[in-house]
Amino acid sequence: MLSRTADSLFWMGRYTERAGNLARGMQVALRMSGLGSSLGGPEEGLLNEWHSLLVAAGAEPGYREHHAAVTAEAVIRWLALDARNPSSIAACIEAARGNGRAVRTALTVDMWEALNDTWREMRLLAPTAADADRLPGFLDWVRARAHLFNGAAADTMLRDEGWLFVHLGVMLERADNTARLLDSKHDALAGPGSEGAVAYAQWQALLRSVSALRSFQWLYHTRLRPGLVAEMLVVRPELPRSLVSCHGRVLHALEGIAEATGGRRGDPQRIAAEIQDRLAKGRMEDILARGLHDWLTAQINRNIELGRAIQALYLSG
Amino acid sequence: MTEPGRAFDEMHEADQVRPAYAGIDAWLKAHGREALAAKRAEAEALFRRVGITFAVYGEGGDPERLIPFDVIPRILARAEWNRLATGLTQRVRALNMFMADVYGKQEILAAGLIPRALVLENEAYRPEMAGFRPPGGIYSHISGIDLVRTGADDFYVLEDNCRTPSGVSYMLENREAMLRLFPGLCANHRLAPVGHYPEDLLETLKEAAPPNCPGEPSVAILTPGHFNSAYYEHCFLADEMGVEVVEGADLFVRDDVVYMRTTAGPRRVDVLYRRIDDEYLDPTVFRPDSMLGVPGIFAAYRAGNVTLANAPGAGIADDKAIYPFVPEMIRFYLGETALLQNVPTFLCEREEERAYVLANMAELVVKLARGSGGYGMLIGPHSTPEQREEFARRILARPADYIAQPTLALSTVPTLAGDSIAPRHVDLRPYVLTGKEVRIVPGGLTRVALREGSLVVNSSQGGGTKDTWVVDPSPPPGQSQSQSQRGAGQSQSQSQSQG
Repeated sequence: MLSRTADSLFWMGRYTERAGNLARGMQVALRMSGLGSSLGGPEEGLLNEWHSLLVAAGAEPGYREHHAAVTAEAVIRWLALDARNPSSIAACIEAARGNGRAVRTALTVDMWEALNDTWREMRLLAPTAADADRLPGFLDWVRARAHLFNGAAADTMLRDEGWLFVHLGVMLERADNTARLLDSKHDALAGPGSEGAVAYAQWQALLRSVSALRSFQWLYHTRLRPGLVAEMLVVRPELPRSLVSCHGRVLHALEGIAEATGGRRGDPQRIAAEIQDRLAKGRMEDILARGLHDWLTAQINRNIELGRAIQALYLSG
Repeated sequence: MTEPGRAFDEMHEADQVRPAYAGIDAWLKAHGREALAAKRAEAEALFRRVGITFAVYGEGGDPERLIPFDVIPRILARAEWNRLATGLTQRVRALNMFMADVYGKQEILAAGLIPRALVLENEAYRPEMAGFRPPGGIYSHISGIDLVRTGADDFYVLEDNCRTPSGVSYMLENREAMLRLFPGLCANHRLAPVGHYPEDLLETLKEAAPPNCPGEPSVAILTPGHFNSAYYEHCFLADEMGVEVVEGADLFVRDDVVYMRTTAGPRRVDVLYRRIDDEYLDPTVFRPDSMLGVPGIFAAYRAGNVTLANAPGAGIADDKAIYPFVPEMIRFYLGETALLQNVPTFLCEREEERAYVLANMAELVVKLARGSGGYGMLIGPHSTPEQREEFARRILARPADYIAQPTLALSTVPTLAGDSIAPRHVDLRPYVLTGKEVRIVPGGLTRVALREGSLVVNSSQGGGTKDTWVVDPSPPPGQSQSQSQRGAGQSQSQSQSQG
């Protein structure tokens, strides 16, 4: 397969997933700010929700260029539909569709329609489509569109190299997102702020963002506890968005790609295997003992390294 | 030629329907206009869904447009087609020999049959190609020859396209659409198939493999990218042939060998069906600012490590100033008389001819010698005095840029126009493939001027397309009976043995 084609498929997967994940992150922040007054938290703490999301999405520097202060309304607009923000939901959808269009014949009709309809609907949205009361509906729409795309890919795509690159992009992005979401809440999980009603609401919101609040009860049959929440998101293979699940899929896709390219393998497989090995054998107590934030920072950096290795071996040609 | 203003009607002769159109006539009589309009809507939905669009950027509106498809086919009787095919083969052979000559020994120039300057100082002549002989001596592997008809036996070549003729995907998709929309009608005709074109194309490209090709030739299509108006066609043909469609950035040259960047590492490319213009092919040889091409690819070509189809410099053969000399080429290289006629052409750079053109503009078609797509054209009989004055000024300013031809009464075929069926002017572009042999799928692309009275068929100027049918006469009734009887006998014996 042409490196350019693989590159477009990979990034189409990543951007689609990123748009969905950004919506998930915004849902967490939204929920926390909705609980603000009943939890009696300081106003500043609520703004911190939006601020930490800005940071997690890597969108803070651009935001600062255009805004003097952090306000909920401004951050929401910036992250949702602002064309000036290259990592807004709108920009991710645009980029995903652009990548898909460039390799149109490598997609199935169902995938293309999912991608293209999302883009067309988004273009019809008013700039205020994500304001205030309309935000929850908008975020649900974004998540649903990401589901539709993933479903179309899973159900219709030939299981060849093309599929593996789309899947690899989605899973790598998802792993990255879970790590970043966890990190944005590490204080509530392992730090001094890991007690009380606010922390409890944080854990709930975090689980919700990876569609795992009910799943927690099915797995643990107990009240939420920060160590268990972290464990679930990091090392439980039953949760499809846990780090160990995502990286398992990443490694699997990379093995398939090595096979499909006549045994061409190298740094991507090595790094992915190392990550997966640590996750599969890792014990949550050790991770927490070492410090969750430090561990996650290292994990996020390893992810970036893996992405670069994939780019270098397969996508840049 | 028929007298001006009275176009040849391909379907009717006096009030009689020509035999080849009998089946269509019966269908049209049996089904109402509404049925036809419904078929048209169905066809449009079909084309949208498949995504057969051509991209028009920078003009506002929908950037991905449909070329209108007319559901009434254009029919050529087998005997008519056979005559055309022989003429096309002759013409394209001569054009290729002409290119081998002007980039080689230049015998036709030495013989004084074509003015030296007209060739060697022509913008389309590529001195970089001089002294190089491409594999098989073929320059134009894929040629599109535009024909118009003015009478029962009068076909004229309007122009030759030896660079990167497009539109063949419409020929194929139009047939697919017809088979789907009118299965019964198609079955009632002995219709020459066109669906093997991609196979013929692949075969032709493989036959063009360079001398240093290490084994089974690896073929790819080189596209300028998805902003190009024919991008759909590039992908379509690549898909049909099972080859990659590549952009310049997907290729690189090392030691005069061209490679594709793939996930499995560099992969050698032997034959490139390039759909980008000469100027953009190689920034180290042609336009240095080209982002579409591949640095070093021309050197790889000359080293015999890759074949570019069509060859750079093939434009010299389809230049409108060279066109008047094609019959001469056919005599010179093949010792034959041209089977397809040329339209009489006046070169405005020649004083005498220019004077005639300026004096008779109201009867002539004036064209840019190097234009395409129907841009920059004056159709005398349809022009205003102001337009003629404007063109006269342009001709006097740059005479070498203009040619003129008499206005031909292009033949008409019934076309669904609005809610009624009306005659509309058509042309025909057959696609001629040249490898070890010449291959032409029967028919080609029929373009139709949808506006009443219009003679401009280009899709960029409001033209549409029709499916083109080459039809064999129906077999005598006895023969078809015995065939169907045999069929029935077979199925009987099958069911017996199964029982």
